[in-house]
This record gives sequence, structure tokens and C-alpha cells, in this order.
Amino acid sequence: MAEREAHTIDGTSRPLSPHLQIYRPTLTMTMSIAHRLTGAALYFGMLLVAWWLIAVAAGPNAYAGLAWFMGSLLGRLILFGYTWALIHHLLGGIRHLIWDTLHGLEPVERERLAAATLIGSIGLTIAVWGIGYLVMGGSR
Amino acid sequence: MSAPRRIVTPMRSVRGLGAARSGTRDFWRQRVTSVAGIPLTIAFMVIVIALMGRGHAAVAQILGSPLVAVVMLLFIANTAYHMWIGMQEIILDYVHDDRLKLPSLMANTFFVFAVAFASAFAVLKLSFGV
Repeated sequence: MAEREAHTIDGTSRPLSPHLQIYRPTLTMTMSIAHRLTGAALYFGMLLVAWWLIAVAAGPNAYAGLAWFMGSLLGRLILFGYTWALIHHLLGGIRHLIWDTLHGLEPVERERLAAATLIGSIGLTIAVWGIGYLVMGGSR
Repeated sequence: MSAPRRIVTPMRSVRGLGAARSGTRDFWRQRVTSVAGIPLTIAFMVIVIALMGRGHAAVAQILGSPLVAVVMLLFIANTAYHMWIGMQEIILDYVHDDRLKLPSLMANTFFVFAVAFASAFAVLKLSFGV
């Protein structure tokens, strides 16, 4: 790989330190990347929240269009992915807050926390959708 | 011979300020908004689940009710600040050319303000029932 450099607006260049490609992949590293990726996805996911709120505020017709899309297979896939990303980022954030207190940083502890983030996010996502379908079935 | 203008060396005055040129302020505020985000995100998910499958009139009425609207506004404001810092951090990590970096940082600000104001306006409109 070519040497990477930072280019500043005054024309000077600074060398950059090597990045992910030189490290052996680990679970904590993968969860760190997942935290950033889910954060970036949720950033654009806020467009969905804005669309939802504006559709409700705009009236029954706009809301019907949104409800139709969210009920479609693609809509449900996006919502399912959004739910997982939100819960994963939430749990990953709690893990980072724990680390900020200098707890859970030992090798075994940090691996367990990383695994708990992943298992917890998948489990909770399925649970949330289960509850969602129960709520929908009950009060449509 | 004149006296030195300042005792602080140039290195001391910039050390720790980082690529954002603003020290640890963003680091701290990202923690504040992440702590606030825990209850607010859980509340947001509860609200969304409670509204799933309901008709427009019911959804509009519930979103506009004072408690739900205030929670939604807090969620929007807190999330907006959190995602603004987060995307700025991503940009500063990967975009090293000022010609792209500075417009990216601006675009981040524009996006966050647009999404947050649109969301908040919708909630306020439902609340005040115009």
C-alpha cells in the first residue's frame, strides 16, 4: 500500500500512522468497528425518524404512504436493521461508558463485554420485534 | 533585550488539542449525550412500538401529547448533538485532505440541523395542533 499522507490546505503534508490493516483482527476490534458503522448508519437512519414525524404531522395521506412502505418487505428489512443498529450502538455505548470508568479492561473481561454486546443486541432485537408484533396484534 | 512575551512554549499551547482544534470538549459532550441517550433511546423505542399498527389519528394524538412530545424533543436534540460529534470524529479520522475535509464538516452540520429541525418542527406542530 502506498504511503498515506495528510494534505493540509497550506500545501504541507504529514505522514499518517498505519491503520486497521496491520493488526490481527480480534473481537473487541470488530465490535469497535461495528460501533462506528452502526453509529454512521443511525446517523442516516435519523432521516427515517424525520420522515415518520413529518408524515404524521403532514396528515393521513402522507402517513398512509409511510405506513405502506414500512409495512413492505424492504421497509421491514430496513426497520429490522435499524432496530439492531440502534440496540447494538446503545449496548456498545454502555460498554464504552464502563470502560471510561477503567473497569472491564482486563483481557477476559473485555472479551466478555464485547461478546455480550453482540449477543445482547441480537437477542434484544428479536425480543423487541416479538413485543412489537404482540402489540400490533393486540391493538390494531 | 526585551522580556519574553509568553512563558508557554508553542508545543505546550497546542498539545492535546487534536485534529478538531478543540481539545477534550467534544469527548466530554459525547459522553454526556451518550448517558442521556440511554433512557431517551429506550423511551423512543417504547413510543415507536406503542404506535406500531395504529391509525393516523391515534398516532398524531399520542405524539402530540405533552409527555410524549417532550420525550421526543429531548431524544431529537440529544441525538442530533451526539451524531454531530460522532460524524465529525469519523470525518476527522478518514478525510485528510482539507479540500474535502472542510466541506464534509460543513455538510455534517447542515445535515444534522436540517434533520433535527424538521423532526422537532413536526413534533411541535402535532403538539400545538395547527
